[in-house]
Order: sequence, then C-alpha cells, then structure tokens
Amino acid sequence: MAGARTAEEAAKKVAWINDPRIRGLAYQIVLIAIIVLLGYEFIHNAALNLEKQNIASGFGFLKNTSGFAIVQTLIDYSEESSYGRVFFVGLLNTILVAVIGIVLATVIGFVVGIARLSNNWVISRVATVYVELVRNIPLLLQLFFWYFAVLRSLPNPRQSLEISGSVFLNNRGFFLPKPVFGEGAGLIGIALIVAIVATVAIRFWAHRRQDRTGRIFPVFWTGVGLLVGLPLVAFLVAGMPVTLDYSVLKGFNFVGGLRVIPEFVGLVLALSIYTATFIAEIVRAGILAVSHGQTEASYSLGLRPGPTLRLVVIPQAMRVIIPPLTSQYLNLTKNSSLAVAIAYPDLVSVFAGTVLNQTGQAVEVLLITMLVYLGLSLVTSLFMNWYNARMALVER
Amino acid sequence: MKKAIVSVVVGVTLGVAATAASAGTLDDVKAKGFIQCGVNPGLPGFSNPDDKGNWTGIDVDVCRAVAAAVFGDTTKVKFTPLSAKERFTALQTGEIDMLSRNSTWTMSRDTSLGLNFTGITYYDGQGFMVRKSLGVTSALELSGASVCTQTGTTTELNIADFFRSNNMPYEIVAFEKNDEVVQAYDAGRCDVHSTDASGLHAERLKLTNPGDHVILPEIISKEPLGPVVRQGDDGWFNVVKWTLFAMVNAEELGVTSKNVDEMKASENPEIKRLLGTEGAFGEGIALGNDWAYNIVKMVGNYGEIFDANVGPDTPLGISRGLNALWKNGGLQYAPPVR
Ligand SMILES: N[C@@H](CCC(=O)N[C@@H](CS)C(=O)NCC(=O)O)C(=O)O
Repeated sequence: MAGARTAEEAAKKVAWINDPRIRGLAYQIVLIAIIVLLGYEFIHNAALNLEKQNIASGFGFLKNTSGFAIVQTLIDYSEESSYGRVFFVGLLNTILVAVIGIVLATVIGFVVGIARLSNNWVISRVATVYVELVRNIPLLLQLFFWYFAVLRSLPNPRQSLEISGSVFLNNRGFFLPKPVFGEGAGLIGIALIVAIVATVAIRFWAHRRQDRTGRIFPVFWTGVGLLVGLPLVAFLVAGMPVTLDYSVLKGFNFVGGLRVIPEFVGLVLALSIYTATFIAEIVRAGILAVSHGQTEASYSLGLRPGPTLRLVVIPQAMRVIIPPLTSQYLNLTKNSSLAVAIAYPDLVSVFAGTVLNQTGQAVEVLLITMLVYLGLSLVTSLFMNWYNARMALVER
Repeated sequence: MKKAIVSVVVGVTLGVAATAASAGTLDDVKAKGFIQCGVNPGLPGFSNPDDKGNWTGIDVDVCRAVAAAVFGDTTKVKFTPLSAKERFTALQTGEIDMLSRNSTWTMSRDTSLGLNFTGITYYDGQGFMVRKSLGVTSALELSGASVCTQTGTTTELNIADFFRSNNMPYEIVAFEKNDEVVQAYDAGRCDVHSTDASGLHAERLKLTNPGDHVILPEIISKEPLGPVVRQGDDGWFNVVKWTLFAMVNAEELGVTSKNVDEMKASENPEIKRLLGTEGAFGEGIALGNDWAYNIVKMVGNYGEIFDANVGPDTPLGISRGLNALWKNGGLQYAPPVR
C-alpha cells in the first residue's frame, strides 16, 4: 500500500517528457509511421516499375475468364468461370486437404505417441521405428512415394476392383454412390440438427448429474443412437426421398457418383503420415510431463489403465501438448502447398500456378496467396489458443 | 519454400530496384563477359544436359549463336534451367538475359508480360499421345478421357479449347514438373499425354515401352516457339532477332559451318553482306562485322542445327515439315541482310 503511493507520487514529479509510458507510446508511433511509409514506398515503387516494364498490373484480371479446367472442384466451376472463381476453388481444395489431413494426423499421432510409451515391447518398437523413419525423409519424396504407390498398385478403369457394382477402385480414383436428395429430404436435415442439439444438451445434463450424484450416464451411446436414429426415422417418415447416383464406366472413365481422386488420397496420406510423427513425439512428451504420481494415485483410487489415461493423464498432458500441436497444424497447412507436384489442384497450384502463368501478374497473385496462408494460419492459431485457454488448469 | 523465394525475389526486385533494365542488356552482357540464357531443364532435341553437364539442343544452339555473334566465342554462355512456370518471371526480373525454352509466342505473353518474342525457332503444334492398346486412332475419339499435362503451358488451355469445341467431356491432370507428367501417364493415371508434338516425340523416348504408345495425327494448335527478351531494350532485341535471321539466311544462301571460309571469297553480294566482307551491317547492332560469320562458323546455319538436334537422323527423327525454308515449301523465311 505504502509502496504504491510513493511510486505514484514519484511519477507526478517526473516531467512528461521523461514519463516512460509517454516515451514508450511515442516510440511505437514513430515505428509504425516508418513501417507504413516503407510499405507505401515499396508498393508505389513496384507499381511504377511494373508500368515502366510494360507488365500488366492491378486486380482487374480477377474478372477475366479462366479458360482452363480443374480436376476437383467443390463449388460449381467451368472453363467459362473467372480467375476470381478459380481462387475460391483452389482455396476450398486447400482447406479440404488441410482439415482432413489435420484430423488424420492427430488421430495417428495420438495413437503412435501413446503406443511408444506402451509396456508392450513390440508395439513400442514399431511406433519408434515409424517415427524415426518417417520424420527423417523429406516430405516431397514421401509425397511422390504415396502418389505413385497408390497409382501403380491400382488397376485401370476397365479392370476396377468393385464391391457389388456400386463402389469402384481404380487408378482414376475411388468411386462411391452419391446420395441425391429428393423432395421432403429437408426433414432428414432437420432431424439431424435436432439430434445434434439433443446430444449436446444430454451431455451437459449428464455432467451436471454426475457432479451432483456421481452416477454415470452413457452419453456416447445415447448420442450415437440419436444421431443415427432420428435421421433414419425422418427418412422413413418422409417416404425415403433419397436415391443413390451410381458411378458407371462410360468410355475411358467412370462418370456420375462421388469420386475421390488419387491426387487427393496421395496428398492426404503423405501429409498426415508425415505430420503424425511430430505429433506423436509431442504427445509422448506431454504424457511424460505428467508426474507418475498422478497415475499411481489414480490406480490406487481403483481406476483402470484406460480411464486413467483418458480422465487423469491426457487432460493434464493436453496443456503441454496444445501449443506445439498448433505449430504442427500450421505446418501441415503450409506443406499442403506441395500439392502441385502431384497435380492436386490446391490454391498454389491453380491460382499461384496456372492463373499466375496465364496472366503474368506475379505481384498481385502472390500477394493474395500469401495473405490467404497468413489468414489460415491466424485462424488456426486463434482457434488453438481458445482451446488452450479452455483446457488450462481450472482451479476450484 | 521455393515459392516463397520466388515471391520474395519478384517483390524485392520490382519493389526496390529502381531500374531493372537501365543500361542496355547488350552492354551488360559485354561487361560481364557471358550471356545468361534460360533453357528447358530437359527436353531431348531442344535443351538437354548430358551427364557431364554439356547442354545440347536446338534452343541451346540459339543461345550459343548469340554468344558467337557477341563474343565470337560459343562458350561464353551460362544456362539456367527453368520450369514452364518460372521462365517468364526469371526473364522479367533480370535473372536471365534471354529465354530460349520452347516457349510459344502468344499475344498475351508478347503484350502484357513486358516481354518480346524475337522470332520463331521452331514451328510446332500441340498433339496427343495414347496407349496403342486403347485402339484410338483419332483425337476425336477421346471423349471422356483423362489428360495429363504440365501447368504454366499453353497446352493446358488448348486442351480445354479442343474438348469444349468438340463437345467432349474430359479431365485434365496438371503437374508442375514434366517428369511427373510422364510418370503419371506411364502409371496409367491418364489416357492421354498432351504437349507440343516435338515434345511428344522427345518424351515418348522416356516411357517404359515407347513402342506401346502412338502419337495421334491431329495437331490442335499453333505453337510457334521462339526466343524471348525483355521489352523496351531494342538494342538487345535486335541482336537476338538477327542472330536467328542470320542462320536462316545462311541456309538459304548455302553457307554452312563447313564451307563458310570458302564462302568468304564468294562473289555473291548477299553472301558478302552476310559474312561482312561488304558493307558494315554489324555496326547497326553494335557488333563486329564478322558477327554472322562467327554464328555460322561456330554454330552452323539453321538447317544444320535442325538436323543435328531434332532431324531425321536423330532419335527424335522429325522431318523439316513446316520448318523447311520457304523456298522448299516451309515457313522459315528471314528478311534480307541489306
Ligand atoms: N510451348 C508451350 C509448352 C512448353 C513446355 O513447357 N513444354 C513442356 C512439355 S514438352 C516442357 O518442355 N517441359 C519440360 C520441363 O519443364 O522439364 C508453351 O510455351 O507453353
């Protein structure tokens, strides 16, 4: 109390020019001004030079017709679409591999990380060999390995592997029947939403009840029942409005249905198998960081090894795991830009590749692309920081 | 990572460098003592390094011919292998002095990239290669096919045009590097491999069983391939342009690397002007009067470099066709030295 007062009094006596807070602020302002000025000068100079060298510039090209086809598009796209549309097609393709790659890498990483600590000699050795082997080989080589391994091991379309004429596998991809939603199918969607809301509510209620009474409610199985059951009932009630569109061999290739292209499979495999090795090490470190006393305490309370890991060790290990895990997610997203090597049409391939080459507007195209990767990284970081804060030690 | 480097290079060069091409390239080249020439990383017949790092090919010979004209020495050239995607940026940023990499002369490349094509080294057109086992004999039977090709090329766009104008569905699988295009086609990912017809002949040689593949008769586009320089540097543009013209004129006049010394004594005024024994045509391009003599003596005339690199007696076995002299029914024609 007394100390605080003297500091305050001291601050009053100092002239404003020597006030550290004001000084600090002034330095910040000057620094920002310099950065803005440099940035402006840089852009201005670039524009001038482009003009002097007769290189087209500006963002008008985004409205021009692309004229080329893309092998996988999540939104409507044709050769008559604009370069702007190509951007979105590429962006969505990037996000698709990143999300699926992250999920897979996390699952494999956790399993392998835990396996490395297993008491079973064979399991822990296998996990060690996997980690040491895979993380020391350059990703690009692995990408080629998986892509060409996938391609070379599959038959051509005319000799496809098939399951009862509805699912096909060949070197053009994996073909599945595609559900086509007819009239009344909206009911199924509504049922699904209701089921999700109900599951969340039940989980919440079950936690409260367990806190109060200690009784455990089977949330997982109830949830599964609801998520599968309700849409199924809706499907039957609405008079089965969903039909399946099968893939059929027509000429050279299969048409119709749902298709997963080999480029996607190769890229996701390579990215997730590679990143999983780093995640495994992070998980192992996280678990080892939890004192063994915790496990012993849990055993002595009568918990079996499974629940001990799930309820005692992992939640504490998560605090150590999440920050480095975030970097791995960011790495995976950025590494997905190697896609062009195996013809997967991600943002770098179609936008920073083909569009750049057709238009020659390197500065604009690369600026947009870099901003996108920055944006994706920031979003991932923000989400992980939020999750980290949620997992942080809550003291009661 | 490479992408990041490219973008930084583009950004920094365009943003910071006050003047990218201030002094003329010809002066720069003379000052540093060699020409930096952008070429294909590996396309037999056009530009291909052997295991000792010696480059051969018609595009490479064009670079050497420019070195012969400028320095009277064909070794004063350094090669930068460039992918389809990198090539124009490398020229724009001044990393190379000229590009001679089977690049198609198109309007947008000529007018909006700040570049100029100096002539046509090779009249090409896009073709298709398929497996014999498919039993296809015409490109019009390719409805629904998967096509493997390389990004950053005119090929990518021509395929779209061809299939759309013939109302045929198709799928395009575009790789960054040519090696993967060939491998993926070989592995059966695609029914068709498409690129410039000359390239197809060269690449068929790289397949596991070249004999199992056929090149279809249709040529679906015009691909005039030629050297490229930066726009706005007329002195250098003239040197590269007239180097090619000199080779074509030499062939037309019957001047070859073998007989050029005897030809110096020729009474034909056209030959005299070409070889610099009459007039002072070298002055106009700021070079010595023996500029064309050196080209023919050290590299050869157009017909010689064609025959040596891609002609009937090479593994590519391409006949002159469109690339014959105009007098022989082809398109190769050069303005006169006068
Ligand atoms: N002439 C076309 C195509 C040129 C091109 O890049 N062709 C490919 C296929 S033949 C090539 O040379 N690739 C060799 C490589 O990049 O290694 C163009 O200028 O866009």
